[in-house]
Amino acid sequence: MSGGEKRFELSEADQGRRTLLTGVTALLGAIGGAAWLTPFLKSWKPSAKARAAGAPITIDLAKLKVDQLFKTEWRGKPIYILKRSQEIIADLKGDKSHLRDPDSVEDQQPEYAQNDLRSLKPELMVLEGVCTHLGCAPKTRMDDGGEGEFDGFFCPCHGSKFDFAGRVYKGVPAPTNMVVPPYGYKNDGTLVVGVDQEEIG
Amino acid sequence: MSKIVDLSADALGWVDERLPVVKAFKTHMSEYYAPKNFNFWYYFGVLAMVALVIQIMSGIWLMMFYTPSIESAFDSIEYIMRDVEGGWFIRYMHEVGATFFFLVIYLHIFRALLYGSYQRPRELVWIMGMVIYLALMAEGFFGYVLPWGNMSFWAAKVIISLVGAVPYVGESIQIWVQGDFMISDSILHKFFAFHVMLVPLIIIIVVFVHLIALHQVGSNNPDGVDIKAKKDAEGIPLDGIPFHPYYTVHDLVPIVIFMMLFFAAIFFFPDGGGYFLETPNFIEADILNTPEHITPAWYYTPFYAMLRGVTIDFFGVSAKFWGLVVMGGSMMILMFLPWLDRSPVKSMRYKGMASKTMLGLFAFSTVALGVLGVKPADWAPYWVTPLLTMVYFSYFFAMPFYTSFEKTKTVPERVTMGAGH
Repeated sequence: MSGGEKRFELSEADQGRRTLLTGVTALLGAIGGAAWLTPFLKSWKPSAKARAAGAPITIDLAKLKVDQLFKTEWRGKPIYILKRSQEIIADLKGDKSHLRDPDSVEDQQPEYAQNDLRSLKPELMVLEGVCTHLGCAPKTRMDDGGEGEFDGFFCPCHGSKFDFAGRVYKGVPAPTNMVVPPYGYKNDGTLVVGVDQEEIG
Repeated sequence: MSKIVDLSADALGWVDERLPVVKAFKTHMSEYYAPKNFNFWYYFGVLAMVALVIQIMSGIWLMMFYTPSIESAFDSIEYIMRDVEGGWFIRYMHEVGATFFFLVIYLHIFRALLYGSYQRPRELVWIMGMVIYLALMAEGFFGYVLPWGNMSFWAAKVIISLVGAVPYVGESIQIWVQGDFMISDSILHKFFAFHVMLVPLIIIIVVFVHLIALHQVGSNNPDGVDIKAKKDAEGIPLDGIPFHPYYTVHDLVPIVIFMMLFFAAIFFFPDGGGYFLETPNFIEADILNTPEHITPAWYYTPFYAMLRGVTIDFFGVSAKFWGLVVMGGSMMILMFLPWLDRSPVKSMRYKGMASKTMLGLFAFSTVALGVLGVKPADWAPYWVTPLLTMVYFSYFFAMPFYTSFEKTKTVPERVTMGAGH
């Protein structure tokens, strides 16, 4: 450079202006960039199709018979619904020494189902029909008085046992009680599985 | 003849003025001076490159016949295996290729541990390598899900449910990742996009950076001697030889042997006795039927064993989450190795007994955990996995202490050659 002229030297004021402009532009650019990310992040959420398939299901309770398991499906999982007889209810309220978590301490149910019978109304049982061991679908067993028989669910895969409140027995591979899905009543004769009572209104 | 030579020299000159091909070749091949004392352990870097090329080629060809949807993914794999001419060969190349890739990468990593190749000034080479390794593990997992066999499905389910183990936000993140309330088409499509585009792109870029960083600082060697310290009058390291033609020719032999073993596996043991391709994956994904033993492919089993080994809740947080922390930690801690090793020497040849013992214990615990990972959870007494996990971690956590206190041998000024050289 002839004469020691410094072509790219800025005055202090210019330097300050440059810093400010760079900062403001970068900040606005970052906000714009974050906004630009929205569709990329949003596209990962369940699509309208998946949401429709995962929407709450409605069950007409009139078709249920006492002590007969009704199976349906919600979000790819079997849902078990059982109208319990007074005998079963009495049994469930009786001796609990064979159960691992009789008071439903483990978080496997909505708060309103954290009670004796793990349900909103004592007679109606609503459970996800999924064994908490490895996800098989347990089958119902009724006690006919034979050796080793019991009332409840038996998992054919690895022999886990649950009672008719989905509470797990001691000494079986399944670690926790069966899951109670969120549910509520639209009216006395209609059950809704998939949303809490307060959302049904 | 000479006319052709002139013409091609002109053509090269024309290109070189516009794109520095000659300079690049010199920098990275004919004038890249590698130590002359490379041994057996130094074959695996170039073999990893070979494996990468095999995976990319076979993968592109598989993509021509595969359909990423849960209705047809499994059928399209059967179509490749039975109907596409040579399809079985391409698929087995890809599937056996994954096993060989990991085998080579594990030996390559062990070499780095053995000769201190992660130490200053090669910290970034090491970190880039670890990024490649983590990306490879992700790549393998995504690829494993694509055939939509029963093990694919349940592996996806188990791994994604790990995301749900993160306290408070886990479940919403899980639904966001799944794009549904269950494992469905949407996750298969995502994994397809990751497996064929996102992760390979990352791997290729980081492999490039790994090599640039290596060529900036120069290769380490079995003695851990800095060959740049002693140079001849022309500034060439006295113990260095040009990578091309010396090592390019030299490495052809291990490549041929690698190919022999690779094709032997493809033709005679394509399912690796159930360790490369697991039996449950020969049936289509079944939501209602969990395979008897869920095991990952062999190259993940040490980490899977550690994940499964944590069975106690701490501080009110689930064992499942702590398992995730231990598993993640066991991989991430490798990144910090350059700063954990305080030894004044690089190579195991000159380190003390403590370092040798710890490296031996580390290798043993990794292999033993790998064995535990393929066996059912109750195969060994419950305390074995936690004990081996502690051995694994003690290699890292105790390293700053045993490397600074142990007595080391004197490192020679020049590299040494084994007998027969």
